[in-house]
Parts: sequence; C-alpha cells; structure tokens
Amino acid sequence: MVEAQRKPRETTIDAAEVSRFAAMSREWWAPRGKMRPLHALNPVRIAFIKDIACDLFDRSPRKLDCLSGLRVLDIGCGGGILSEPLARLGAEVVGIDPAEENVEVAKLHAEQSGLAIDYRAATAEELADNGERFDIVIASEVVEHVAHLSLFVKRAAEMVKPGGFIAVTTINRTMKSFALAIVGAEYVLRWLPVGTHTWDKFVTPEEMYDEFSIYGLAEIDRGGIIFNPLSGEWRRGLDTDVNYMIAAKKPG
Amino acid sequence: MNKQMPDKPLDVAIAGAGIAGAALGVALKQTLGGGFSVAMFDPALAREPARDDRVVAIAGGARRLFEALGVWERLVEAQPIRAMEITDSKLSDAVRQTFLEFSEDEEGEPFAHMVENRALIVALREAAEEAGIELVASGIDSYLADESFATFSSGEKQYRARLLAAADGAQSRLRSLAKIQTIARGYDQSGIVATIGHAREHDSKAVQHFLPSGSFAILPLTGKRSSIVWTEASAEAKRIVALPPAEFLAELELRFGLQLGELEVLSPARAYPLQISIARSFIAERLALVGDAAHVIHPLAGQGLNMGLRDVAALAECIADNARLGLDPGAPELLSRYQRWRRADTVAMGLATDGLNRLFSNDSTPLKYLRDLGLGIVDRAPALKKFFAREAAGLTGDVPKLLRGEFI
Repeated sequence: MVEAQRKPRETTIDAAEVSRFAAMSREWWAPRGKMRPLHALNPVRIAFIKDIACDLFDRSPRKLDCLSGLRVLDIGCGGGILSEPLARLGAEVVGIDPAEENVEVAKLHAEQSGLAIDYRAATAEELADNGERFDIVIASEVVEHVAHLSLFVKRAAEMVKPGGFIAVTTINRTMKSFALAIVGAEYVLRWLPVGTHTWDKFVTPEEMYDEFSIYGLAEIDRGGIIFNPLSGEWRRGLDTDVNYMIAAKKPG
Repeated sequence: MNKQMPDKPLDVAIAGAGIAGAALGVALKQTLGGGFSVAMFDPALAREPARDDRVVAIAGGARRLFEALGVWERLVEAQPIRAMEITDSKLSDAVRQTFLEFSEDEEGEPFAHMVENRALIVALREAAEEAGIELVASGIDSYLADESFATFSSGEKQYRARLLAAADGAQSRLRSLAKIQTIARGYDQSGIVATIGHAREHDSKAVQHFLPSGSFAILPLTGKRSSIVWTEASAEAKRIVALPPAEFLAELELRFGLQLGELEVLSPARAYPLQISIARSFIAERLALVGDAAHVIHPLAGQGLNMGLRDVAALAECIADNARLGLDPGAPELLSRYQRWRRADTVAMGLATDGLNRLFSNDSTPLKYLRDLGLGIVDRAPALKKFFAREAAGLTGDVPKLLRGEFI
C-alpha cells in the first residue's frame, strides 16, 4: 500500500470506496441486513460461474464437489458471501479485500461455517506481483468501484491460468441503470447506502469485452441479471441493461 | 444428561419419521448423495410401525414422487381408483341422485391409489435405511437456533444441523418451541374410519355421498374391501362407534347402500376428531415445518397427505437447488422461498375444503339447490371437471419437480 500511495496512478484502489465498505462489514452476514441484495444475487452469480467451470473443466454440475481442486480468486470478497459457497463446492478459494475489517469478518465466519478459505487483506495487484495463478478469477460487483479499469483487468488477466477464465458481474452504464441502480436501489428502496455507486464509473459490456480482448481473453458467456420485484428473486435473463455477468477465457 | 461435544454438523435433521419426514429424508439423500448428511429422529423408530386402520389416497403427483424415490415399487397392495361418483342427498332419500361422475382421463391414469398407512411407512423406512439416512430412535424435545445452526439434543447426544425440518405431526413440539401460532378451527365433527368387506366387486370406484351431517366416502381397497371415512357430529360419531355390531351395521347400511351387496365390518370403527389448522408461519430461524406440523386440513377432499407431500417436494427442491450452488440448506432466503411456495397454496386448499364442508354439511334447501346447480355445471363442463380432477391430483400451480416425476 505504501508503494501504491507513492505512485497513485499505478493503483486500482480508491481509498474513499474502501472506508465506505469497512463501515458496512459487520452487516455482511446479517440475513436481513444491508447486504440482503447481495445474498439474493448469490444464486445467479454462483450458477453462472459454476456452469462455466463445469463446462470448461468437464465436471458434473449435479455433484456437490463439482469445483474440487480448482483454485479460485475472489477479488473484493467482502465478508465472504461468494467465497463460502464456492469453497463448499470444493474450490480452493483465496478471498482478497483491501478492507482489513471485511477480511476479519470473512475469516471469522468461515471458521464458524467449518470452511478453510485463504482470506487476505490484499489487492489484486499485490497477488499478481507475487505471481499467483488461478483457474478462476472472479470480480463480482467490483469493477464499478475500481479507480483504473484497464489496469485492473490487466493484472487480473495475468493471474488466470491458461485454460482458465475470469468472471465479472457488474452494472451497465445506461439510463435504465441510472434509474434502477442509483435512484431506485439507493434513494427509493434504500437497499444500498446512498453513495454506494457512482454512475459514471459503471462499465458497459462492450467496454469489458474490449478490455478482455486487449489482455488476450476471449469472451465465452454473457447474461443479464433480472430482478423480479414480486418474488424478490434475481434470475438470469437476456437484458444486460442494468446488472450483467460476463466471462472470458484465457486460451489453453 | 451426559452432554458430549457435538459432532460434525448435519446438513438436515428431520424430526419425525412419519410419511412426510421419511419421504423428505429419502428425497434429499437420493438426490444429493453421500456428501450430504441427513438424520431422522423419532422414538417410533425403536419399534415396528404400529397397527393402523387408516388408509391414504395417493393422488397422481404424490405417486410420481414415490415412483421417483423408488418407494412405489415396494408397495404391493395399492388399489387404483378409476372412477368417482359424488352424490348429494338426504339420508331418507330412496335414490341418491348422482351429480358428478369422473372417470379416469384419456391416458388411463387412475385418480389416486388407496394404500394402507402402515404399508407406506414400512416402505419408506426401508428406503430411508437403504439411502443411508442416520436413523435415531429418540425424539427432539428442544432446540436452539442461531445464525449458523440449530442445536438440539436427542437421547443422550447433542447435535447441530444447518436445517431442522419439523415433520413431527399435527401436535408438533418443534412448532410450539419456535412459538409459531396456528390458526385452528375444530369442526365438532369426527371422521369414523373402518374397513368394510362387501359381497360384490367395487370396480375400482370411489363414492362420496354428501349427507346433511357431513360426507360419507367409500374408498376401494384391494379385494372386495373398501375403507370408509364417515363424517358425523362428534357426539354422534362417539355414539355410533360404541354401538353393538348389529346396530352399527344397520347405521352403516343406511349410508353405504346395498349396491355392493352384503356388508361386513372388518376392523373396529374408530372416530378421529376433525379440525383445520394452519401454522401462521411455515418457517423460523433454521426451522421448516413440513406436513401435518404445518397444516391439518379437513379430510373431505382427501388432500391432507398430498399437501404434505407437496411440502416435501418443494422443500427438497429448494434444498437441492441451494446445495448444488454451495449455499446453506438452512439459509433465510431458502426458507422464504419455501414459505412463499407452500403457504399460500395451503391456505387456498384449506379454505376451499373448509368452504366445501360448510356448503355440504347443511340441510338447508336453498343451499342444496345452489350446490346441486354448481355440481351440475361442473358435471357438464369437461374443462372445469378436468381442472378439478387435476387440482385434486396436485397437478396445478407451480408444481415441484418431484411431483411431476422428475428428478431434482
């Protein structure tokens, strides 16, 4: 971090964003708490990642240990809402988050759940600098918060093993996403604290595609995440105007 | 009590080894396999299933569930119901006019099968043992839930489970421990149950007479036998079951009719009080109510067990979907999904059968015209009839996969 502060243009971390999530970290696992939307989103994003992994690594999606032996990096793991299910499916998960407090919450919870997850208060570039490699690199609800998208994708892509893939879930930059994700989710429904998102930092699927291409990754799957206000559930759909998922493979 | 340290937490603990509990256990274990731990707790597991004259009608959806679970093939004595006749008359009417007749649909699938309670429980226990469910012959009398586990003791041992499924019956102990209230109504009616032998074949036909005091159902069993479910005001039911055999037979013949020839009472008649009761919530932290623990409905439409199996199929599907995504089988989101899926459906069915009972258990002449008009309309409208038959078979609405005979 000291290194990063001396050369601010080289980092992908935005200090103001980090402190905002640290304040929320105790709330991560409260089932009806502030992170309820993320818990609700979980089945869709896990299914996205799992289905691609089962396809690429020839696993049976019906097996409870379908990800066994796969090394997974969860960037911006927060309290571990995504890391834990992936570990339960057998993956060797490394969860990183720049906010120390999040990592402490995540460690404590994994221990209570009887799961071995390697949580670290670290940044993606620190792991990339150490030469760490993964079968799956995940940036879920992260790229809309990073300071420098292209640098972030570059360092994340470095860590994907040949034959592995990167999965991103995020929010599109459209008028609809402005209305739903910021006005709707933050101001009207109060799902998220006001200021959680800054619309102009949102990334379009085309921009993600371009970044992937620059760093040698080929898009393999893309889908929308649609909220059903009646059931309160999220499901996968075709409309990528608001929330979407995108995955790209590093040639083997 | 010697409290040991809890073992590795169970994924799902089931309180109650009755039909709903055992079916849930078998569904989970067969679907999710060795990596998913299921234990079933019931003091009744210490002995052979008790003698029980009650029979259950297994409708289409429930049969498919038992087929998918490999339980159906173990039931040798299942009697199909291939036709149903519904009449509405006074006891003194010489001829009971038939208002509604159903016969099996084009595919030749029976409406339901009659199976003896005990035979079903024996088959489910065998399947549970083979599936590798841990069977514990003691009950669960208390539990504590926190954000991660339900902790409880059974016998001398302490356990932890991600989810506790309460299939511990109409008087569910876990339901009261979770402080879940029920909306209950007694009918001051009882159902008299007995097995009747008759001289002629029943031709796989079920008959339901709507009499002023309540319904009188004749349900075919294997051989020249039928089971009756005879509804009367509770005091009258008490009087009837205590009658000397000859007088009981006379009362029976008055209702049963003589179309199947001479009657013989094969098992002593017993009266079971009728009630409707629906839990205000089907869930609590780390707890899901299943079957009679969640709802007891008027047995008029024969829907009690089928409703319970809908709970089983829905909960098993919710759990399997979650487990395959590495998600906690007792997560609040899963429990909410189960509750959304099952509770509205149950309330609707409860209200419908309650309404039917009130509509039919009545001697008022205007009401009789009204309901006969209703039955007449249904009888002449094939689409409506088909709808009612499918509803009774549990094949309408958002049907859980197991009830469609699909694997989850």
